[in-house]
Amino acid sequence: MADLFFYFFSALTVGSALGVVLNRNTVGAALCLLLSLLGTAGLFVLLNAYLLAVLLVLVYAGAVAALFVFVVMLLDMQGGAKQRVNSFTAIAGMGALVLLFAGLAVTFGPGQLSAPAPASSPALGASLKFYGYQLFTTYLLPVQIVGFLLLAAMLGVIVLSRRNTGSEDAK
Amino acid sequence: MSSFATFFAALPAPWVVGLHHYVFLSALLFVIGFFGVLLRKNALVIFMSLELMLVAATLGFVTFSRYNGTMDGNVFVFFILTVAAVEVAVGLAIIVALFRHRRTVMVDELNHLKN
Repeated sequence: MADLFFYFFSALTVGSALGVVLNRNTVGAALCLLLSLLGTAGLFVLLNAYLLAVLLVLVYAGAVAALFVFVVMLLDMQGGAKQRVNSFTAIAGMGALVLLFAGLAVTFGPGQLSAPAPASSPALGASLKFYGYQLFTTYLLPVQIVGFLLLAAMLGVIVLSRRNTGSEDAK
Repeated sequence: MSSFATFFAALPAPWVVGLHHYVFLSALLFVIGFFGVLLRKNALVIFMSLELMLVAATLGFVTFSRYNGTMDGNVFVFFILTVAAVEVAVGLAIIVALFRHRRTVMVDELNHLKN
């Protein structure tokens, strides 16, 4: 049963990710991103990371995707522009494909990825207690740095979005 | 070659979901995002593809954390989520400022620094 859910969510995630990349309409791409994030949250639930699934839906699907939709509608761009691929991009894409297949061949070869079934290892991500303990002991310094980063980003966004009106006032 | 054969004979049926499936899915998502960054010209879609790549890396972290029975990957995903939110806020503010200034977000038209 869990396998069926895995295939459903992975098909949803990959299909909507393809929709993000291939969709000509930018609003459609943003909505496909939202769907892809929801599929990923479902995969997190299958991996017993319930808190991370909720956070992904709240932060990504709730804030980030909504912000994307807002900005797309704010900018009112005309979609459907012609897509030209120059030779440098084609070469880079070929190189990426070669690296991908080399990496997959190494990763899925014998002796790699021989983890036991998840039932044999404890699902630490399922319990809130472990998150709190880790965040306030081992990862205390990163938590504070990330908080400072959030403050800096907030100030930066305010400055970035006020600068135009400020310069017009100065004129 | 025989090591390959014994390796595949020892595996469970290929449709039983295991670590391989999640890792392959993560790689697939990352590659889709990568080609989105490479092939699209709209800065907003490029940004969405960057988010896809971040989510793919996140999926890898959670998968290995689950299959190893450790906590570190799950906690790291916290920080990835926070940094991604920060990045989206600042990046979208930059794109909006760029659009106000140049009236376009197509990256091949933003070539004023060239030459």
